[in-house]
Amino acid sequence: MTVLSLIILLPIVNALAILLGAPARKSALIAAWTQLALTLFAVFGYNRAAGGVQFESSWNVAAEWGMSLKLGADGLSLVMLLLTALVTVAAIHVTPRIEKREGLFYACVLLIDAGAAGAFASFDLFFFYAFHELALIPTFLLIGIWGHGQRHAAAWRITVYLAIGSIILLVGLAKLYLAQNVALLHGHRTFDMVVMAKTPGLIPAAAQGGIYIWLLVGFGVLISLVPFHSWAPGAYASAPTPAAMLHAGVLKKFGLYGLLRVAVPLLPEGAKQWAHLLLLLLVLNILYIGLVTIAQKRLDMMLGYSSVMHMGYVFLGIAAGNAVGLSGAAMLMLAHGLSIAALFAMAGYLRQSSPTLAFTDFGGIAKKAPFLGYAFGMAAFASIGLPGFANFASEIMVFFGAFGSTPRPGTLSFSAIQVAVICGLWGVVIGAVYMLRAYRQMFMGENSGTAQVAEPSCCFRWAIIILLVALLIGGVWPRSYLSFIQPSVEALIGK
Amino acid sequence: MQQILPAIALEVSVIILGVLMLLAEAFSRRADRTHMAKYAIGVLAAILGFSFFTKAVPGDVLWNVYSVDATALFFKRIALGTTIAFLVMALEYRHVLARSIPGAEEGRGTGEFYILPVFVCAGLMFMASAVDFILIFVSLELVTMGFYVLVAYTRRNTLTLEAGVKYLILGALSTGFLIYGITWIFGISGETNLALVKARLVAGFSGASITDSTVGPLVGNESALLFGIVLILVALGFKVAAAPFQLWVPDVYQGAPTPVTAFLSVGSKAAGFIVLVRVLDVFVAVPAVQGKVTAVLVLLAAATLIYGNITALPQENLKRLFAYSSIAHAGYLLVACASLAGDNAAAKEAISFYLAGYLVMTLLSFLILITVARHSRGDDIRHFNGLGKRSPFLAFAMTLAIASLAGIPLTVGFVGKFLVFKTAVATGHWLLIGIGIVAVGAGFYYYIRVIAAMYWREPEDATPIAVAPPTRIAIAVLGVLIIALGIIPGPVLGQLKERKPAAPAHLAQH
Repeated sequence: MTVLSLIILLPIVNALAILLGAPARKSALIAAWTQLALTLFAVFGYNRAAGGVQFESSWNVAAEWGMSLKLGADGLSLVMLLLTALVTVAAIHVTPRIEKREGLFYACVLLIDAGAAGAFASFDLFFFYAFHELALIPTFLLIGIWGHGQRHAAAWRITVYLAIGSIILLVGLAKLYLAQNVALLHGHRTFDMVVMAKTPGLIPAAAQGGIYIWLLVGFGVLISLVPFHSWAPGAYASAPTPAAMLHAGVLKKFGLYGLLRVAVPLLPEGAKQWAHLLLLLLVLNILYIGLVTIAQKRLDMMLGYSSVMHMGYVFLGIAAGNAVGLSGAAMLMLAHGLSIAALFAMAGYLRQSSPTLAFTDFGGIAKKAPFLGYAFGMAAFASIGLPGFANFASEIMVFFGAFGSTPRPGTLSFSAIQVAVICGLWGVVIGAVYMLRAYRQMFMGENSGTAQVAEPSCCFRWAIIILLVALLIGGVWPRSYLSFIQPSVEALIGK
Repeated sequence: MQQILPAIALEVSVIILGVLMLLAEAFSRRADRTHMAKYAIGVLAAILGFSFFTKAVPGDVLWNVYSVDATALFFKRIALGTTIAFLVMALEYRHVLARSIPGAEEGRGTGEFYILPVFVCAGLMFMASAVDFILIFVSLELVTMGFYVLVAYTRRNTLTLEAGVKYLILGALSTGFLIYGITWIFGISGETNLALVKARLVAGFSGASITDSTVGPLVGNESALLFGIVLILVALGFKVAAAPFQLWVPDVYQGAPTPVTAFLSVGSKAAGFIVLVRVLDVFVAVPAVQGKVTAVLVLLAAATLIYGNITALPQENLKRLFAYSSIAHAGYLLVACASLAGDNAAAKEAISFYLAGYLVMTLLSFLILITVARHSRGDDIRHFNGLGKRSPFLAFAMTLAIASLAGIPLTVGFVGKFLVFKTAVATGHWLLIGIGIVAVGAGFYYYIRVIAAMYWREPEDATPIAVAPPTRIAIAVLGVLIIALGIIPGPVLGQLKERKPAAPAHLAQH
């Protein structure tokens, strides 16, 4: 049993134990911290000199189809696993007292965690897909039972949206599986992603475009790519704090991770065919959603929209298709996950003083609760990409990568991606407008609203500090993460 | 694995069991009939065990109307498993049964309710092996006759009587269609054995001269063949609840005693599909009609998917909801049937696996429905309100069943859906895939309403629900199966692997 299978099994076993009557919060905390420890063990145990996929284990479940429960991790998966573990620890720490059905609540949170970890650690196409869906019903229950506001409508919408997105994705993956050139695989198709990545020319160039668009739409729904985004802001606004943190911070990254892991290495020709569509959609993600975000009057909705908007930058990195852009995209996934989780955690805390989270209810929080003022400020600055945080390092890589990506003759015109980068830079300004405006209104000046905010508990503070420290490390010393990400990304694009 | 018994011993022992039960019912006045059901469960389980030691002998049994290949054995096991689950459910249901039969009390006067399913089981098992239109017809009727009685069994209930009448009339009508269709096929090919029909049709349409005197003037006549095929498709469409032959389903499912509903939705559907696959195998092999048969199947699948999923959306009664959802599942299976022409082996694999998964999840959900309905005195969705508090065990198991029905990964229902979509992609049925995507989305909505009721809402009556040990064991076994087969589908696929090709063997003898 490798460390990865422990990382996945631990939350599942703990969730079942909680359902059978183990003390809920205590077990969840133990599971989360043990998972973080195991993940760190894996991160430091990973042999960077050797690179590639390590900690491999494989268990044959249907040999005829080439399907096995194959776990493994390269640098990219390790970084995503680290994100999962960090956000889970923080999410369980910041959870306030649960009044009704505490056990079910923590079991659901742990199952989401397990699903995300399983997806990031799977190197079998089938289980990579399947683990992600483990989170579907727990999310439905978390939002529906413990959510706020229009929680029932939000729960239905996210579930049906993600279900349809997943089934579109499934069709795409089935096409991918069937399009494999079996002559290169000794006559048997395979679900093994390691084998697939190692077989150049596995998918015939002519078939790639038809597969890529299914994957783009399927993953796009999960990532909230415009115009498939409308489930996300409402769901995050209505979700209980840990669910919003895990979903916006971790689960949404599954779609991006899938594009990096499946579409980038296997379907380069398909990506070229649809490059212009992707650029158009990601610019809409940045500019259109950015303007929508400015119009929001409530903190939770603003954060929800901003998390949709930031997906545009990651897409830009993926569209760039070179090592710099893709590494930037991968690191931005981590950075955005950490910063949005911290922001949602603090928004959840502020909700205790004002259930609607309207900006006008707050004012001068920084005076009464200096820690909250500093922490929220740092997370907000990180999120809009100010230097010193991992977001800056990764966004700049995305922009440089996209701007400098050499076009291949006759396919992607140079100006299209250049225009997208320029629009993306305007997005940074838009981000500054809404974030700083919200910060000024809520945290600066005198208390003009009705809400009284007190300083959070020690436990809460440490959770936020963990997330911010991880962000600062990436900002000050990007090599710490990039030394894991970059070799894996280069392996993906075959360098 | 040693193969010591001929497969037909399985059917014979099931029939002997049924006859013994009939004798006990007739001559033992004092015996508690529930004991009879318990013995039957034991014997059927033993037969199920023996099925792993049987010899697969293709052809050569019962004048070539009966053949055993791996798929047939697989479906025999499905029939046995379903019948065992039915009897477990029937025991859980005996209180309702006693209330609904004039002059009956618990354990008395309800013997047929445990005996008829055994004969239905025998019919299902024969059908799994039927490779001749005659045996197909006879075994189908054996099954349907049993169901005519079972559907109308709780006769104090007016809804049940209505269901019984509807099922009888429409069932008889579809039998008429089937026999008429078979007549046409026989008229064209001069044969009833499927393999021979196939050989004759292929030869007749390729223009080869046929010297056999039994072949009539219609050989090679495409319209006549299509007419026969369509009649048979109508009849089988009725059995598998495909739109537009599905009108009986909601009323019959709601009115029939709940265990019968479960048996009907699994047994009748599995039987219908195995016959459909065997019959279609013949027709899609004839190049002249292959395209047209596929087009009809595409239309049937599209109509069934749309009808089943859309009409399931507003249902408030859980049995009705399951009725519409069973139509929807028939739609997915028909998608695989439509791929039989292009991707034969994978489509068959998809159908068999889907049915196996459908069996497990449907039986689990009905078992829980019976248990909950007994305590809540009703089978609407609102009777499941707050089940998460009343019985976390039942709620969790129901969540598994629902997740599987909706097709969420790591459950057996997902693997089935994946196989269906895979074979549809391979044959390029993009219309069906498009409809299928919308159907899955709609499916999520109506299935998850049950989960919402169980966990979001407060119970009307908060008394905890006690679950009897046998039911508890059955629920646990089915729940574990859903997850286990969802993660490790390999063993089921191994069961489906043919040890030796069956069809050419008895072709060679003629």
